[in-house]
Amino acid sequence: MDKLQFLVFVSVALFALGLLGVIVRRNLLVMLMCMELMLNGVNLSLVSFAQQTGTASGAVLVFLIFVVAAAEIAVAIPIVLLLVRRKRTLETDAYSDLKG
Amino acid sequence: MEALLQNLDTLLVYVFGVAALVAGALMIVLRHPMQVAMALISAMVFLGGVYGLLGVHFIAAFQVLIYVGAVMVFMVYAIMLLDVRDKSYTQRFSRFLVLGIAGAVIFVGVLVYGFAHGQHASARASVSFGLQQFASAFLNEYWLHFELTSVLLVAAVVAAMAVIRGSKRHG
Repeated sequence: MDKLQFLVFVSVALFALGLLGVIVRRNLLVMLMCMELMLNGVNLSLVSFAQQTGTASGAVLVFLIFVVAAAEIAVAIPIVLLLVRRKRTLETDAYSDLKG
Repeated sequence: MEALLQNLDTLLVYVFGVAALVAGALMIVLRHPMQVAMALISAMVFLGGVYGLLGVHFIAAFQVLIYVGAVMVFMVYAIMLLDVRDKSYTQRFSRFLVLGIAGAVIFVGVLVYGFAHGQHASARASVSFGLQQFASAFLNEYWLHFELTSVLLVAAVVAAMAVIRGSKRHG
């Protein structure tokens, strides 16, 4: 397994771990952090492919992902704060009445 | 000596990659959100090390500055603010545990199978690009995306304020 293959495998595994965390954990904040882990996996694959091909486009996309992650956290944390203020819990099952 | 240094570079990439994977796995297992945040921060720092070893030093710096320095500090503050002891502390996993693990195993398994049996593009020697090339590409070709990014950030700030204000009106 050469370096590029290894890095792509790590990025896929990080994405899978993040997805697994979003599905199986019940804490809202932990789910948010697992989403960040998914973004990090995508970043790693973008950087390794950009490095392989020598083009800067992948690095530009990584920067845009940084911005999207910052914006996501800036909006998600106030929403979590409000949810907790309403029900005093971080558990996702408590919010199952939000559907629809 | 030169060959040893090059090998050391590759070896460190492998070590940091495995360490990032271990930290990611710890995120699933650990109980308290603060421990999960620390595992995520270490995963991000390890990935920053990988970026630095690949030669994209500016992305490594921004990984540490933006992700660890801004996003995760914000997250850690939120965790400290919301120290709610509820059922999600004693029972870590939801009822989708078996389903989720099976799905993740299948996902990774299919991709590993693809790696093992697919056709590989021949791995070329990695071409390095510097900050100058990145900066000129960023501000010549992708200037529109750069400007749209600022619009997105302003929209996020306005949205965060609107969420708080809207909740005050209703609550």
